[in-house]
Amino acid sequence: MLELKDIRWKLPEGEEILKGINLSIPDGKLTVVTGPNGGGKTSLAKIIAGLYEPAEGQIILDGEDITKWDITERAKGGIAYAFQQPVRFKGLTVRDLLEMSAETKLKEEKVCSLLGEVGLCAREYMDREADASLSGGESKRIEIATVLARKGAKMLVFDEPEAGIDLWSFTNLIEAFQRLKNEDERSLLVISHQERIMEIADHIVVISDGKVKMQGSRDEILPQLLSEHGAAHKCPLGKSVKEEF
Amino acid sequence: MDEITSKLLGLVADWNGTDFKGAYNIRKDSGCAGRQNSENITIENKNDNPGIVIKIGAGAQKETVYIPACVTHGGVNDLVYNDFYVEDGADVIIVAGCGVHSDDEEEARHNGIHRFFVGKNAKVLYKEKHIGTGNGKGAKKIDPVTDIVMEEGSYVEMDTTQIGGVTHSNRLTTAKLGAGAKLVIRERLMTDNDETAKSDFVVVMDGEDSGVDLVSRSVAKGNSYQDYHSVIKGNCRCTGHSACDAILAGNGRVNATPELYAGDLDASLIHEAAIGKIAGEQLIKLRTLGLTAEEAEQKIIDGFLK
Repeated sequence: MLELKDIRWKLPEGEEILKGINLSIPDGKLTVVTGPNGGGKTSLAKIIAGLYEPAEGQIILDGEDITKWDITERAKGGIAYAFQQPVRFKGLTVRDLLEMSAETKLKEEKVCSLLGEVGLCAREYMDREADASLSGGESKRIEIATVLARKGAKMLVFDEPEAGIDLWSFTNLIEAFQRLKNEDERSLLVISHQERIMEIADHIVVISDGKVKMQGSRDEILPQLLSEHGAAHKCPLGKSVKEEF
Repeated sequence: MDEITSKLLGLVADWNGTDFKGAYNIRKDSGCAGRQNSENITIENKNDNPGIVIKIGAGAQKETVYIPACVTHGGVNDLVYNDFYVEDGADVIIVAGCGVHSDDEEEARHNGIHRFFVGKNAKVLYKEKHIGTGNGKGAKKIDPVTDIVMEEGSYVEMDTTQIGGVTHSNRLTTAKLGAGAKLVIRERLMTDNDETAKSDFVVVMDGEDSGVDLVSRSVAKGNSYQDYHSVIKGNCRCTGHSACDAILAGNGRVNATPELYAGDLDASLIHEAAIGKIAGEQLIKLRTLGLTAEEAEQKIIDGFLK
């Protein structure tokens, strides 16, 4: 279990973004963090992955205080993080990234399986450079695949995985989340505005203005979100409540 | 074969401790340390200058010839002229490259002047690796000159790598392309400490529908300095692309001066260049995959120069 205790974080300019977050992310469950843009969701994900250091508070993973752990230590400790904006590399192939993540050489079938989970035809991509020649959607899917490949991950953190991917891949992604949820002991923490992702969540947390506004089971929270914020906004990927907050 | 020579040959020409298969000429400390011809490839001494003439017949199809050179100690200033004549329709892989080694105070230098005459529709893959080894304070210098003349429909791919340890290098590559000829150049360069490396490329396209693709990737670490200059001239309907990417680390410095000249309305020439340190987000991404900052930097550099 991952516990966040009174997490506070501010921008270098002094503006406080997270204003005392208290949260428990249970094992083996899918937790969706949602809320308006600028509310602190991505900052929270980066604090969990060690990219940002909280000004105050504690992060506890399976009973161990990991607040002072750096990015590498968090990764080794079981936290895998998919960036909202994927990073490009000249010279490193898709396969290189997946193998780094898995910490082992991967057989072609395994690479195919990982890329297939995110809707990519593996043979076309595995030896391609993960550089600017890939489209935004392709990069995003590869970013997600690196997290699915991560060795020893206990908690998979995805920051807006739906952004920039097409409908077919999004459907694959939902299925992949569903499979991970059903087959795995790993916990999933997904930052998302997508109703379709919330529909498969076990827990939903709403963060707004740097605070936890609501949290609870999907059956408790999702109807409230939809009723409080009007009819869900239709988009090509399904329904989004993003713009209603 | 002595240990240093064997090691250098392994590094620059994938020598595995036994003879090369097929045609080869091993140059060591300004002399010949071994030679063999094949049915389609003959190697002879030059009459006018130190060096060899390599004649590649049309019967050579996907055949490999090895022409490595080694300088195994300081006090050697090796100058060699090698001429390659590739017959129309031949298809050959040329593994060249040079290792310079010095464990003493004296300079070890290799200056190889290679001329290529590539016949109609011939195909050449030219692989060249350069490396400096040894703990001596003497400079390890490699100054390669490559001149390529390409006839109609020919194809040359030049894959040149300077792995490290060369204290000074000064490369000059020129090429003249006939109609329909295609030239691909891939340069990878790593400098560290106080090393300097200068690369000049001059490609002239005089033949209709000729094309060049020149990509240089380099890493400048320590206090090293690199100077890159490329000139692509299109005097007819042709295509030219050059890209120069460099990663800076430590106090490394790079000067890149790409130059394009279009002497014809139908010449289509492009240049791209990017110089900078490793992006922080790249290091962070690899750290989220469990690598330390140092491991991440090395992976990025290794991939970049791969």
